[in-house]
Amino acid sequence: MSNLVTNVGHAHGDHGHDDHHHDSGEMTVYGFWLYLMTDCILFASIFAVYAVLVNNVAGGPSGHDIFELPYVLGETALLLFSSITYGFAMLALYKGKKQAVLGWLFMTFLLGAGFIAMEINEFHLLISEGFGPSRSGFLSAFFTLVGTHGLHVSAGLIWMGIMMYQVNKHGLTSTNKTRLSCLSLFWHFLDVVWICVFTVVYLMGTL
Amino acid sequence: MSKNRYPRLLGLVPLLGTLLLGGCNMTLLNPTGQVGLEQRNLIITATLLMLLVVVPVIVMTFLFAWKYRASNKNAVYTPKWSHSTKIEVAVWTIPVLIIIALGYITYISTHELDPYRPIESDVKPVTIEVVALDWKWLFIYPEQGIATVNKIVFPAHTPINFKITSDAVMNSFFIPGLGGQIYAMAGMQTKLHLIADRNAEMDGISANYSGAGFTGMKFKAISTTQEDFDAWVSEVKKSPKQLDQAEYAALAKPSQNNPVELYSSVTPNQFQIIVDKYEGMKPGKPLKHEKKEKEVAATDIDAGSHSAAGAEE
Amino acid sequence: MFGKLSWEAVPFHEPIVMVTIAMIALGGLALFAAITYFKKWTYLWTEWLTSVDHKKIGVMYIIVAMVMLLRGFADAIMMRTQLAMATEGSPGYLPPEHYDQIFTAHGVIMIIFMAMPFFTGLMNLAVPLQIGARDVAFPFLNSLSFWLLVSGVVLINLSLGIGEFAKTGWVAYPPLSGLQYSPGVGMDYYIWALQLSGLGTTLTGVNFLATVLKMRTPGMKLMDMPIFTWTCTWANVLIVASFPILTATLALLTLDRYMDFHIFTNELGGNPMMYVNLFWAWGHPEVYILILPAFGIFSEVISAFTGKKLFGHHSMIYASGAISVLGFMVWLHHFFTMGSGASVNAFFGLATMLISIPTGVKLFNWLFTIYQGRLRFTSQVMWTLGFMVTFAIGGMTGVLLAIPGADFVLHNSLFVIAHFHNVIIGGAVFGYIAGFAFYFPKAFGFKLHEGWGKAAFWFWISGFFVAFMPLYALGFMGMTRRLNATTNPEWVPYLYVAMFGAVMIAAGIACQLIQLYVSVRDRNKPENVCDHGDPWNAHTLEWSTSSPPPFYNFAVLPKADCIDPFTEAKENGTAYQRPAKYEPIHMPNNTATGVVMGALLTVFGFAMIWHIWWLAIASLVGTVVYFVIHAARDDQGYMVPVETIERIEAEQHKRLVAAGKIPANATRVETSLEQA
Repeated sequence: MSNLVTNVGHAHGDHGHDDHHHDSGEMTVYGFWLYLMTDCILFASIFAVYAVLVNNVAGGPSGHDIFELPYVLGETALLLFSSITYGFAMLALYKGKKQAVLGWLFMTFLLGAGFIAMEINEFHLLISEGFGPSRSGFLSAFFTLVGTHGLHVSAGLIWMGIMMYQVNKHGLTSTNKTRLSCLSLFWHFLDVVWICVFTVVYLMGTL
Repeated sequence: MSKNRYPRLLGLVPLLGTLLLGGCNMTLLNPTGQVGLEQRNLIITATLLMLLVVVPVIVMTFLFAWKYRASNKNAVYTPKWSHSTKIEVAVWTIPVLIIIALGYITYISTHELDPYRPIESDVKPVTIEVVALDWKWLFIYPEQGIATVNKIVFPAHTPINFKITSDAVMNSFFIPGLGGQIYAMAGMQTKLHLIADRNAEMDGISANYSGAGFTGMKFKAISTTQEDFDAWVSEVKKSPKQLDQAEYAALAKPSQNNPVELYSSVTPNQFQIIVDKYEGMKPGKPLKHEKKEKEVAATDIDAGSHSAAGAEE
Repeated sequence: MFGKLSWEAVPFHEPIVMVTIAMIALGGLALFAAITYFKKWTYLWTEWLTSVDHKKIGVMYIIVAMVMLLRGFADAIMMRTQLAMATEGSPGYLPPEHYDQIFTAHGVIMIIFMAMPFFTGLMNLAVPLQIGARDVAFPFLNSLSFWLLVSGVVLINLSLGIGEFAKTGWVAYPPLSGLQYSPGVGMDYYIWALQLSGLGTTLTGVNFLATVLKMRTPGMKLMDMPIFTWTCTWANVLIVASFPILTATLALLTLDRYMDFHIFTNELGGNPMMYVNLFWAWGHPEVYILILPAFGIFSEVISAFTGKKLFGHHSMIYASGAISVLGFMVWLHHFFTMGSGASVNAFFGLATMLISIPTGVKLFNWLFTIYQGRLRFTSQVMWTLGFMVTFAIGGMTGVLLAIPGADFVLHNSLFVIAHFHNVIIGGAVFGYIAGFAFYFPKAFGFKLHEGWGKAAFWFWISGFFVAFMPLYALGFMGMTRRLNATTNPEWVPYLYVAMFGAVMIAAGIACQLIQLYVSVRDRNKPENVCDHGDPWNAHTLEWSTSSPPPFYNFAVLPKADCIDPFTEAKENGTAYQRPAKYEPIHMPNNTATGVVMGALLTVFGFAMIWHIWWLAIASLVGTVVYFVIHAARDDQGYMVPVETIERIEAEQHKRLVAAGKIPANATRVETSLEQA
């Protein structure tokens, strides 16, 4: 999403390169917001599906039977902390401190990877107990919803890895700033989605 | 079922429509049953109401286009004229009024013609259970203890309560001559209430595409006198075939263009058995405590025993 | 190694399919040979396939749409022929399993691969020009969107010769579309073709929303945007809000089919009816996505050819908005017969009827635009008038279907088929064809032949009525849709008439092809040339630049502070003014990333369809890696030097003088236009 035409009124005189970058970045972030809205609707659809199927246990376990709230709380803590550390990365970015940005990104990456590892472990346990997605409509919806979020987080991690490489190699260029801003939006968005998942799936499922 | 379903004045309108379309031999416009008749009247009333705005629009299109053609230099030309509050109010108000009238009719008729609403009658209704199979219709008469494939017979002037489900994909149960249709869906039971006003042999169809044998998924619906119906029931009861579980399993296999079949008896509750087959909300065993105990006993998770418990149902 | 793929997948035993494939192969070979012979591969690659220019992408979208119109129409005429032959016990000439694929393919192709690209193409061509922008917000993304559509097109056409297509109807309701009842690859072709092109559409929606919200020329207020841009914007709002639902729904169906999930299955707690809800939560907004831009085109055409401002510009914008918002609250009217209860049905019925209010307002606004105008009867105007008459009827039958009591007998009957062809042909398609004739000179600098265009119109509209009025009648006679043969002798005459109507439409399409040929042949005749850019004496900014426009669209960003800025400028004598000095213009570079990613994703889709897992993983990883490399290049585009702009604008100046638009001695204005 990086190519775009500068098309604002002040095309006069100082049509410098930095100027262009500023506009381009703003537009990219704006477009990314719009993309996030579409992702929001995607998640809303899957949440709706989960709500419809939550009681369709087909003789299998319900959420009450399989969810381990303390474990999920641990996962949640990891993801929430990763949002905070990403926040620090952004603060460092505004101050132009490259090494701090890299450090905070690395922290965020570790926390995110920990979250994914815990989720994979949870899925693995459920499947090995015979409670895989093929067991019932409820479990299908559970794996789809939590798995879709997990896939998003994994994509975010890959993106983060690439950004760390880019920042390390090229420094805090305006392109990298824009991309880190987009990733920041993405990462916080996934946090919000997870809070919904935690509430709708785990809390409402166990309480 | 009261005949006076919408305001009296509007009731005159369908008569006019019938006159206009009198020559056609169209099933939906010449229905056999009360429900179909009311649905037809509804269609005609609504159409005429909408023509009130559609006809002027079409006439205006031709009129304006001709009058303001470029070659007509006598016509007024106002290139900058693009707003008139009066016209704006009118063009929003006219459709609003038509829709209010139509909305009123819709609201009333939707409740009156709700397929789940039993038909008021002094005669005791006949219940027919309908199962859509790949690709034929199974009919069970629970009160008579008989079953048929691709054919139903029922007395005229008697409300028929259809209970409908599917043991395959989704179909739509439809006898165009009687009016109304409703989906047949696995694991669910839908209802349809119809009545025939005269003796007739009608076509019944599936109105929702269901795969390879869909075109041949037809049945005959015959309304007859009470005597003939009773005679038909006792005839079916003499039929050599019986619909037990084995016979049903064979019948449920996909097949196309099935001939009519008659069964002298049927497994009690067969319809409910089919619906229950797909019950998705059946609760499982409470596993939590069992699991906790196991975890206390041995920290290792014993996958085998858990999956066994889960699969048991 | 090759999953489920083997030589048996090719339907050698079906002569109709094999002849079709042979013809497509011959045509493709001829095209390939011609391009090679004329040494046009480099030109094609650098100027078109890798282009990020919205105008060229728009043209490519429309070419795809027209090719797919031919494919979809071939399906249509095969269906009508089959139904005219397969009466009273005759099986017709198409075996049922082939017929079932044809009606599914016809629906999918016409909606997803004909109407959608046609609308997207016209939007690409006109919207940035209408708002005075130099390109869309994200030009590379625009190219990627197009190539994702092409991926879908390639997959659905591959299904013709390799394997089969879905036999489920275009709605593909489970459990019929589930693994148990449709184990073949046909359903998988359906899923991946729709999924890939749907992703492209979502990206287009995001792209064009950002474009109109952020890239309007200085001074252009939102409410002053041209009406076609507005209707496209509403369509994009609908795209952004509804296409993710399709993406999710198809993904869920994929999980059911590929990984034994139970989301839409009969068994183990799946809920097939949820698919029906989700599908139409996308599917109903989708039809408004198709029709709203057509409304915009009719508005542009009417106001241009009456030489008059559009009546009720703001009213039109609000009406389009109301249609968009209401369009999201009516999906249940596609299945009143599911047994939702009277109150639910009444709610959705009433909500549907409300849509007819803003639609009615639009019809009246067009009428009052003609009122006291000077209407020129060009082919575009004829399509518009034909639309107004046809759509009034189609709208009426639509409201009729919205009454649950009536729908209980009309649901899924041929009445429904007649209704939606009435609004989609009489509304969307007429609109796109009018838009094609309207914007063709803008894209190529010469006009289409009027005589053949009018002949096409008369064949289309009379063919439409002959083909579909009998279907209304057949609906009343109790004929349901998707039958592959009939037995009722009373239906036969109607089926014959309907087939004759389809033949008439075929004649209309033939006229359009001849029109294209004749127009290209006569492109240099003086009466056809309109490279100065304003052939219709129209109102909006897209006509203020040359035809075809320079790749940067506007040498100077145009001024816009009213609804019809170009008319205003022409009246004030400020149109076509040149500044004393041009500034360099920043433009994006072309990139092959869109083509390459599209190609890799096509391979990915194909591998998923045939369960060739290694290839699926390799192509998906390849796509991601290629994109990352593209992003890492961080291409910032280039600056167009002033000399280039001077040269191009001097040519345009000569054309304008030749066309008598400006005097030969027109001087350049000293002050910058942008500051004015």
